[in-house]
Amino acid sequence: MERDTHFILGVYEDEDVLLHAVKEVRSTGVKIHEVYSPYPVHGLEHVLGYKRSRLPIAAFLFGMLGTSLALTMQFYMMKFDWPMIIGGKDFAAFPDFIPVSFEMTVLLAAFGMVGVFMVSSNLKPWAQPRIFDVRITDDKHVMAIDIANNSSMEVEKIKEILKSSGATEVNNKSFE
Amino acid sequence: MAHDVQNYNLDQKFDFNAGIKKSLLTILGIGAALLVIGIVIAMAGGGHAEEGAEATGHAFHWYERLFANVWINNVYFTGIAIVGVFFFAIQYAAQAGWSAPITRVMLSFGNWLPYAALIMIASFFLMGHNLFHWWHAELFDPNSPEYDSIIDGKGAFFFWPMEKGTFPIFYIARMVIFFGFWVFFFNKFKKIAAAEDQLGGDSHWFKMRSWSAYFLVFFAVSSSVSAWDWVMSIDTHWFSTLFGWYVFASWFVAGLSAITLLTIFLKGKGYLEMVNENHIHDLGKFVFGFSIFWTYLWFSQFLLIYYANIPEETVYFVERLSSDVYGPFIFVNIGMNFVLPFLVLMTRDAKRHGVFLKLVCTLLLVGHWVDFFLMVQPGTLGHNGGIGFMEIGMLLVYGSAVALVVLGGLAKGNLLPKNHPMLEESYHHHI
Repeated sequence: MERDTHFILGVYEDEDVLLHAVKEVRSTGVKIHEVYSPYPVHGLEHVLGYKRSRLPIAAFLFGMLGTSLALTMQFYMMKFDWPMIIGGKDFAAFPDFIPVSFEMTVLLAAFGMVGVFMVSSNLKPWAQPRIFDVRITDDKHVMAIDIANNSSMEVEKIKEILKSSGATEVNNKSFE
Repeated sequence: MAHDVQNYNLDQKFDFNAGIKKSLLTILGIGAALLVIGIVIAMAGGGHAEEGAEATGHAFHWYERLFANVWINNVYFTGIAIVGVFFFAIQYAAQAGWSAPITRVMLSFGNWLPYAALIMIASFFLMGHNLFHWWHAELFDPNSPEYDSIIDGKGAFFFWPMEKGTFPIFYIARMVIFFGFWVFFFNKFKKIAAAEDQLGGDSHWFKMRSWSAYFLVFFAVSSSVSAWDWVMSIDTHWFSTLFGWYVFASWFVAGLSAITLLTIFLKGKGYLEMVNENHIHDLGKFVFGFSIFWTYLWFSQFLLIYYANIPEETVYFVERLSSDVYGPFIFVNIGMNFVLPFLVLMTRDAKRHGVFLKLVCTLLLVGHWVDFFLMVQPGTLGHNGGIGFMEIGMLLVYGSAVALVVLGGLAKGNLLPKNHPMLEESYHHHI
């Protein structure tokens, strides 16, 4: 983020126009950095060609970690560290351990998923958000195109493509 | 997406052709043959005859195993049939749009209900005395050595207003009323559906929604009470407060699996083109979610009984877990109905593709039959039970008979609710 980054922004008024514009722009070979919209646009991630999130895999692994931690903890405590007779059961009374194991599975899966999500989307508290256009929180959809990623194309050409795809405005934006 | 134009054939009807009929009849024949082999083995003694003297005081007869089998399948397939109607009613009460094209598939399972009613009532008269310990007059006679004060205390639940130990009029009345209303509601739904197909307009949808709500209220009570009557009263001393829910959950998972399988089957035959992987995904989520729900109830019942360790409650699990016959099936039950579906259906792709769903739904259908097997047989047969030729044969006979009736009923009406106001919405269902 140290170097200067320059973006071309296409501003769209309508989500249907936006969806078609994304398809059109991608078909010309322009690589889209990201599309910002005030509300979730159905099918947007599909036309942008995003791969499915791998977050469920992280959730599963953290869940397994939770299960095994909970079972290890309980077996160690109840069988080896401090055996106690409770309700006349065996020291290692497996059915008794299931509620705790379930809770630990859910807890670690949730924590792990949130943590992984925050790391992968750069949501650290000291992160500086890059605001492309303040109107993306109001009534405009903005398609951001990183010039560095499209070095094979002329800037003017990209702007033309954006205009012809239905953008009401085409702006430049730079970040320090 | 929004610009695509759909040209679906809304008048399609399921063609119940000779090929399907023939294969179902073949299964029926195989089942009948296995059943006969099973009966012959049982009549020849089955190796258990010398252990006949039971604590209940009467010798074991080979036909009791046949009776128990009839009863398992009665309860199991009645459940699948009523869950079809129940899930249909849920769609309307919840104003669901995504499921519009498959509502008739759900409803078709209700076609088994009238047959289920006849078979169950007839078999209760024929076999009830052998199946249900409480139907023994001496239990209620204080002068008899067999007198049982606990069952005497519960007697009115079966025999009111008659004298205890005579004729279970209250029990039979409940059975008749439940089946009567279930068949009534099923026919009402079918009638409204037929009127909607003919006349169109959304008034039929509103009517269906009201009747669905009435049905759901009735079903909430009747599903629980029928579980106590038909299943829990077999172990007459024992009781569990969540047993009604537990049986309902087992029925629901089996019913959902059957609905999913039938939908995939129909799609494979080229019907229901508008049902795409998004709809299948939703059905898969239902199957996945409710198989966990069943496990939750099964385990809640088990854990509390295990933990509290009260003899009158633990007897139910002691009877099963400490038995050579039933003990292994407890773990088969958990494996088939929880572990495998949970692991296989966990990913999104598995819920969206027919192959995995077909596998898991078949597994669950067999698994929940095992669940009912474990509910019914230990209490009726003791150590004389087990899964043999008779059980497999009877399951195949019942299963193919139900399939014949359900598919026959499905072929009579329209496969699609062509005037359903939410049909358009369901085309665009996307998750």
